[in-house]
Amino acid sequence: MIRFKNQVAHKFAESPLLRLSLPPWRSRLMALLLLASFAVLIGRAFYLQVLNNDFLQEKGESRYRRDIEISASRGRIADRHGDVLAISTPMKSIWAVPSATTLSPEQTRQLASLLETDAKHLAQKLDKEKSFVFLRRQIPPPIADQVAAMKLPGIGQDKEYRRFYPTGEMTAHMVGFTGVDDKGLEGAELAFHQQLLGQVGSRSVIKDRRGQIVEDVGSVKPPQDGKDILLALDSKIQYLAYSHLKQAIAENKAKAGGVVVVDVRTGEILALANWPTYNPNNRESLSGAQLRNRAVTDTFEPGSTLKPFAIALALDNNKVRYDTIINCAPGRLTIGSATISDAHPHGALTVAQVIQKSSNVGAAKIAALLPAQKMWQMFSDIGFGHSPQLGFPGEVSGRVRPWKSWRPIEQATMSYGHGISVSLIQLARAYTAFARDGDVLPLSLMRVDAAPTAGTRVFAPKTAREVRAMLEMAVLPGGTAPKAQIPGYRVAGKTGTAYKLENGRYNKKYISSFVGFAPASAPRLIVAVMIDEPSAGQHYGGDVAAPVFAGVMGNSLRTLGIAPDSPLQVAQSQKPTPATKAKL
Amino acid sequence: MIRLNVILLLAVLLCSLGLVTSQHKARKLFQALEAEQERARQLEVEFGQLQLELSTWGTSPRIEKIARDRLRMNMPEVGKTIAVSPTGGSTR
Repeated sequence: MIRFKNQVAHKFAESPLLRLSLPPWRSRLMALLLLASFAVLIGRAFYLQVLNNDFLQEKGESRYRRDIEISASRGRIADRHGDVLAISTPMKSIWAVPSATTLSPEQTRQLASLLETDAKHLAQKLDKEKSFVFLRRQIPPPIADQVAAMKLPGIGQDKEYRRFYPTGEMTAHMVGFTGVDDKGLEGAELAFHQQLLGQVGSRSVIKDRRGQIVEDVGSVKPPQDGKDILLALDSKIQYLAYSHLKQAIAENKAKAGGVVVVDVRTGEILALANWPTYNPNNRESLSGAQLRNRAVTDTFEPGSTLKPFAIALALDNNKVRYDTIINCAPGRLTIGSATISDAHPHGALTVAQVIQKSSNVGAAKIAALLPAQKMWQMFSDIGFGHSPQLGFPGEVSGRVRPWKSWRPIEQATMSYGHGISVSLIQLARAYTAFARDGDVLPLSLMRVDAAPTAGTRVFAPKTAREVRAMLEMAVLPGGTAPKAQIPGYRVAGKTGTAYKLENGRYNKKYISSFVGFAPASAPRLIVAVMIDEPSAGQHYGGDVAAPVFAGVMGNSLRTLGIAPDSPLQVAQSQKPTPATKAKL
Repeated sequence: MIRLNVILLLAVLLCSLGLVTSQHKARKLFQALEAEQERARQLEVEFGQLQLELSTWGTSPRIEKIARDRLRMNMPEVGKTIAVSPTGGSTR
């Protein structure tokens, strides 16, 4: 302010006219508003960066972070010694996005030759307006590398696994196979699918410009390879079973057949072979007949192989003794309107001879001494009419009709194995009752390390021993199956020759079977053989199935190193079993 | 005051250079680890393939064929075998 005398001069700006008469709160309000908006910004930033930062974090990471899947392979299936029966190895599949693929004819030809397809066919595939097409699946990695080296646009590859079965058709029904996407479809592959399946892992990583992994971020989920499965199967015994079966089928011009080998001490299935079979590595022309695991999925009327059970029950209940005389003359027995007859008429036989000679009349007469309920209970205890619970796809329970509806003739026919149906595996299991001391074991597909001490008791130990002795007689000269003898070992077993029921009538078609165990002094293996429709002249179980039994059993016992329990002279009437000499 | 600031600045620079080199080293090592793990996977695959090969060559039919045809082996005939029990005694 310049002060003149008595006069106050004002600067222009201080002109009273120009003085703003703003209320003081306005400026304060402005300041406050500005501050408040800053506070909102800070709050928002705090919210985004600290409180709720997931979204931005993720967005940021997605610029450099990649999630990678780590593949896991399916478990192996091996036999009891660890020999591989099924194994997965990585393969590549080549795919294309047709709209993004532009190939010169030269490139198409080159690609077609690498993929071993027709160039025209390949061009057609690439021409279609599809968003994705597989060009070839499961090709070996070296070829896939060559394809990758061509650097074709729109063509990529994926890693996948292919399953190989080195033992091929020999173990086809036991091991089964998987489909393209590693899904178990048959056999053990299906039964143990959950254990075999691997769990895919994942990890997130930072990749650099060249696509190399630089760092792991976040947690790594390790892949879990599928568990390896050790089957009870012994591949040597399986081979013996398979090759003897194959040979017998060819010799007898039979339609089908099966062999089951069971370890008496543990209930393990050491071998299971069927004919016809297939090669699981090449399944292009498969028929249902080839796929069927007959030993497990097909039931048949077992015929005379069932006789020892009715007789054991009668012995157990003191209805008969082993030397009780049963009059089987004149080889025919009429019950109601039906007549039972023997293939060869016999006179008076002891109970032991009824088994040895396999007399239907004798068995029917003994069965008549038993109450129906007791017989039904015994069949049920021994596993007939129940699924064997192996976990195999399609296992059947067979058929045993409820005892209340049994007529006397039915009870009589059941005693010699007609009017009842069982699968081969059930039959093999049932014989554990005689091979052991009267108890049956549950069967196992997997290797059993600790032998179960006792199974379900069906017969008294004394009965089992007596039946064992009778079954041994059936194999000796005078019995029905001298061809089942094995040099050096005592053998016990029973033949079966059953008519096939077709359209409700019994035709002149047969199922020949033999079930037996050895060494008879301390049974170790049970071998059950079934040959369907032998049509080369012979059809008796003792002629068709017994030699298969002898071949499989003799060689298996030697393979397992089981000491012979009989002087070799006993069997000298016979040359070394044909099967051991035969070229397989 | 200025001297202290310069010293601190130098220290920060050194530390950050150290960080850069250690990060670089870490990545190098990580890549080496990656490569080794990849190799392990490859070996695993190869092991599987060799196992497959082993069991393919070692199938019983092939062994029997070679034993019979090429090596002219036979099943021992009855009477030519001696069973030896673990205790040392033998039965004929």
